[in-house]
Amino acid sequence: MTDQNATATDGGSVAASAGAGATRTATAPDAVTVSGVSRVFGSRGREASVTALDDVSLDVAPGEFVSLIGPSGCGKSTLLRLIADLDQPSSGQISVFGKPARRARIDQDYGIAFQQAGLLPWRTVAANIELPLELHRVGAAERRTRVGDLLSLVGLDDFGSKYPDQLSGGMQQRVAIARALAESPRLLLMDEPFGALDEMTRERMQNELLRICAETDAAVVFVTHSIPEAVFLSHRVVVMSPRPGRIVDVIPVGLGSTADRGEALREDAGFFDAVGAVREALHGHPVSAGPATSATSTGSAGEAREGANLCEPSGRPAGRESR
Amino acid sequence: MTVSEALKTVDAGSVGTVADVVEAPRAPRRVGAGRRVLLGALGVVILAAVWELYKALGPADGVVIGGITVLPRTTDLAMPHVWDMIARLFEPVSSIAGAPPMWLAVLQASAFSLGIAAVGWVVGVLVGGLLAVLMQRFITAEAAVLPWIILSQTVPLIAIAPLVRRWGAQIHLGTFEWAPWMSVAVIASYLAFFPVSIGALRGLNSPDTNHVELMRSYAAGWWSTLVRLRLPASVPYLLPALRLGAASAVIGTVVAEVSIGLRGGIGRMVVEFAAAAGGDPAKPWAPIFGAVLVGLLAAGFVSLIGVFLRRYRRGEVPA
Repeated sequence: MTDQNATATDGGSVAASAGAGATRTATAPDAVTVSGVSRVFGSRGREASVTALDDVSLDVAPGEFVSLIGPSGCGKSTLLRLIADLDQPSSGQISVFGKPARRARIDQDYGIAFQQAGLLPWRTVAANIELPLELHRVGAAERRTRVGDLLSLVGLDDFGSKYPDQLSGGMQQRVAIARALAESPRLLLMDEPFGALDEMTRERMQNELLRICAETDAAVVFVTHSIPEAVFLSHRVVVMSPRPGRIVDVIPVGLGSTADRGEALREDAGFFDAVGAVREALHGHPVSAGPATSATSTGSAGEAREGANLCEPSGRPAGRESR
Repeated sequence: MTVSEALKTVDAGSVGTVADVVEAPRAPRRVGAGRRVLLGALGVVILAAVWELYKALGPADGVVIGGITVLPRTTDLAMPHVWDMIARLFEPVSSIAGAPPMWLAVLQASAFSLGIAAVGWVVGVLVGGLLAVLMQRFITAEAAVLPWIILSQTVPLIAIAPLVRRWGAQIHLGTFEWAPWMSVAVIASYLAFFPVSIGALRGLNSPDTNHVELMRSYAAGWWSTLVRLRLPASVPYLLPALRLGAASAVIGTVVAEVSIGLRGGIGRMVVEFAAAAGGDPAKPWAPIFGAVLVGLLAAGFVSLIGVFLRRYRRGEVPA
């Protein structure tokens, strides 16, 4: 099982490097390197411990867009938090641009955005975007220019002096993305940033995120519940399974570079093929043994009910949860 | 009316102020400022009407059930007319020649007590705030200090007042001499720090995990997180705590003035005038009005702080 995972990951990595284009050179360190990482929660007292991640390995090349997809409890958010050094692995190594995750956090090598925009309500939009710059003692004049640039990048030029409660959910999320980009990180970590948005806003935000990524050339690790979202955005889709959280498969999505992707892609045959491939990996992939096999038998029923989205926003995959 | 009765009345009056203070912040979202003033005035008028109605209709010996007086006597001695109380404010304090009018004497005493209460409040807010920051920073501090903070409020004021006075009297630092009013301020702060420490602790711990992790992802230290996140987030919790602290400081000042025997303030005036109740039943009510006024001013001052901190209250759920 472990060997298979490792093989799948490595294979995917190679394929994706090709897909990501010429961004990866022989000398530059990977944006993210996760090797043999496990995370076990709680084992205090009588409580049984929960293995959130079990021996996960993953590489993300500079400039590459990688999505983590899987049902609730598969450890995709945990993996993101480990990369962000908001949590520490029980075993295994994580490095970001060749440094330990902790060093990378202190050096501000990544920007992060969560499902909740998490803006400070007492700060204006501009002041919210400014916050990381302010904390790292960037001069006032420089801050103002940078905030102006970021506001136009996310299309909120006229909203700098508004307060978060005066914005819609989608606009708040755009502010959060601008804030994550404030220090021009080469890596963006996003935990279901569009999860709370309606479908139309969501698609528009996806288009904008692609444009922003093309402009900033940052690598992205993107956690999502939605198969089309993962396929539309990513060079590679990492499919995970729960209990214990493992990487089941890594699907390279050969749909061209970030800059070339656009609204038309949603109608593209290649898009549907990749959606099919990811869905298959999520529900029907023949994994040799263990709990995943039993999940396979109910997979098709669950798939039929759920459609393209693996989960309801709050929900769990019906097919698997019956175990 | 005896001294203890007078004191009880003061306490009851002050408690009424506390209740007003607690209810006040919910009202402004629904009712305009003008209407609020009007409704407040209406409440006072109704209170006066109920007073007079009972005085007119109630039995002269009060309502007694099983030997216990449930409602007071309605004689002029026990319940003077509202207009008598008001008229008394415009007469001289005493029959001594050159005595100032009552309202002036009460205002002077109120200002004196308000000053002491303000000092006590400031000290209480500082101490309570520091304790809250300490408890937020160190979880062991919370476990060690919080029970004592709560326990501290169960010690009766009457018990600590003489202690504070005695300890204070032993303090001589160069030219600095401990004045009796400082003992009163210390006792006021002893009451005021409690709501502030509890409210501030809740406020400092109020930010979402989301926000705390965001600050962590920025590699922001404890101090930056405190200044940029925890303190601003604590404002909606802090304001009601400050308001309660102000009311507590006023009560503490009035009661401590009596316990310590400090002259010049409302507390002392209540006791002195209560002794005159036999011949001049409206007289003891003047300092009680003064105590209410001090409470209102203290609460109003905190509301003013709230206006300046409006920006930090955007997160408050509109009623």
